[in-house]
Amino acid sequence: MKSNQHPHHIAAKEQIHDDWFRWREKDKSEQEQVSRPSLSYWKDAWRRLRKNKLAMLGLVFLIVLIIMAIFGPILSPYEVNKGVLSDQYQAPSSEHWFGTDSHGRDVFTRTWYGARISLFVGFMAALIDVTIGIVWGGISGYKGGRTDNIMMRIIEILYGLPYLLVVILLLVVLGPSLSTIIVALTVTGWVGMARIVRGQVMQIKNYEYVLASKSFGTKTSRIIRRNLLPNTMGPIIVQMTLTVPSAIFAEAFLSFIGLGIQAPYASWGVMANDSLGAILSGNWWTLFFPAFFISFTMFAFNVLGDGLQDALDPKLRK
Amino acid sequence: MLRYILKRLLIMILTLWIIITLTFVLMTSIPGSPFTSDQTSNETVQQNLEKHYNLDKPKYMQYLLYLKSIVTLDFGPSIKQPNQTVNDLLGRGFPISFELGIVTVIVAVISGITLGVLAALRHNGIIDYLAMGIAVLGISIPNFILATLLIQKLAVDWEIFPVATWASPMHMVLPVLALATGPMAIIARLTRSTMLEVLTQDYIKMARAKGLAPWKIIIKHALRNALMPVITIMGTLLAGILTGTFVIEQIFAIPGMGKYFVESINHRDYPVIMGTTVFYSAFLIIMLFLVDIAYGFVDPRIKVTKKEGE
Repeated sequence: MKSNQHPHHIAAKEQIHDDWFRWREKDKSEQEQVSRPSLSYWKDAWRRLRKNKLAMLGLVFLIVLIIMAIFGPILSPYEVNKGVLSDQYQAPSSEHWFGTDSHGRDVFTRTWYGARISLFVGFMAALIDVTIGIVWGGISGYKGGRTDNIMMRIIEILYGLPYLLVVILLLVVLGPSLSTIIVALTVTGWVGMARIVRGQVMQIKNYEYVLASKSFGTKTSRIIRRNLLPNTMGPIIVQMTLTVPSAIFAEAFLSFIGLGIQAPYASWGVMANDSLGAILSGNWWTLFFPAFFISFTMFAFNVLGDGLQDALDPKLRK
Repeated sequence: MLRYILKRLLIMILTLWIIITLTFVLMTSIPGSPFTSDQTSNETVQQNLEKHYNLDKPKYMQYLLYLKSIVTLDFGPSIKQPNQTVNDLLGRGFPISFELGIVTVIVAVISGITLGVLAALRHNGIIDYLAMGIAVLGISIPNFILATLLIQKLAVDWEIFPVATWASPMHMVLPVLALATGPMAIIARLTRSTMLEVLTQDYIKMARAKGLAPWKIIIKHALRNALMPVITIMGTLLAGILTGTFVIEQIFAIPGMGKYFVESINHRDYPVIMGTTVFYSAFLIIMLFLVDIAYGFVDPRIKVTKKEGE
């Protein structure tokens, strides 16, 4: 605490001489220089995100994963669903980098196919959630009053629905497929996003610059698009980094209990389920690789989300 | 307060009704009758069966009968195992699932809060990093994968715990561990961050200045306030644990409700699917309702009657 420190007293008798002070040399260039280049919001966020090592690790892992999901199966000489039975349960080697499974299929190839499915489900679910969430939350938050009340009641009811039960019911009726999983995940999934957008919009719409914009006679749709949405992007992106891993988890979970992608196709959940019996006989790699990639993907999204949350929060700006 | 409870109650009933109706619509919209797969049954047998299960009546009658059966808590017989009623299955499975769930919640809450508090008190120390490391792992590793790893290591390789079934406290260790780690991690992270925030507040400094014992400050002043967010997410955590029991019961061969539920899905046993879904949803929604009400009582700053709006 500064107030605790004793100020330096100057003895009363001592004279104050002019030569104690001198003019600071004025340097024009120094004076005009800004201590730091002015950064846009996004540049600043990126600068802060880069400092977060864990978040960067997550980001790099995800980029590598996306690249491998696209090119991995092409690079591999093996086919996803075709196995050579005589090659059953080969340990990882130079020929089969991740070994082979109970059908003699190459685990390396299947892992990247699984990545495709997991990432596709994750990003699609997040994208649909965001779209519905922004529209619903934006209207609800901006309009307020009665519209908001009704829209929020609907959200409250949906929020109470146990989402996995809804997902399982839909899957039982519509039959397991990739699109069913995505539909099922988004039926209740957008609610969280809508709540966040609404909260943000309600806060921002009372700010002066929105009032100024209104007083110029700007159309409502333009205010929402130009003033409100860009300023809610931070929380939306953070929420997205949380939606993607939970969708990936849900797909793996459903595939694992036999309701997701069906057997010959590779998804990490299917692969984990297939290899349940295999690990007991010591063929650990069949479970290890899908398990590792599910867990590390979830980890990567979580740390990236945490990092983004700090980086995109203007209040934490230093 | 009373008005708030009534409002919540109304929403709860509405949600339940939507689930019940949704389940009915989805189940009856599946093409074909559940008996068509039976090769042995001829035309008359099939008609008799359909009559027995009210499937010959018009849709709205079926719906009303279905609503009536739910209100009277009688979910009717299972189609695939006709000598068993859905109530029998629920009566046998639910106590086991409930036991698993309750033990998991207790373990997750106690260990999560302890971990979070320790991490906050030693902010940026070794314990903090260790605790948050465990938390990140707990959030990242799905429970079904953790379960298989636990079985592999602790049950098969080292033979410390029994592999499966549900007979003694020793049998509970692995499934509870697999199920509790995720929620524990979430609670630990939440407790840590709110605890860190609370510890910088003036009233904590005040308590310190008064010369209160550190543990007293932590437990009486800090923790009490830090636990508010934990209570808010209890509802979601409960839902997660409950659905987690589906897969954990499958892996550990525990004869709980989750096992019957997944079995009924695989056998397309509609009365059992409907019964368990409605039962599960009702249970969850009532829990969410209780958490909401409890929150209103616990936090003195929140007057639940005030107009909502973040």
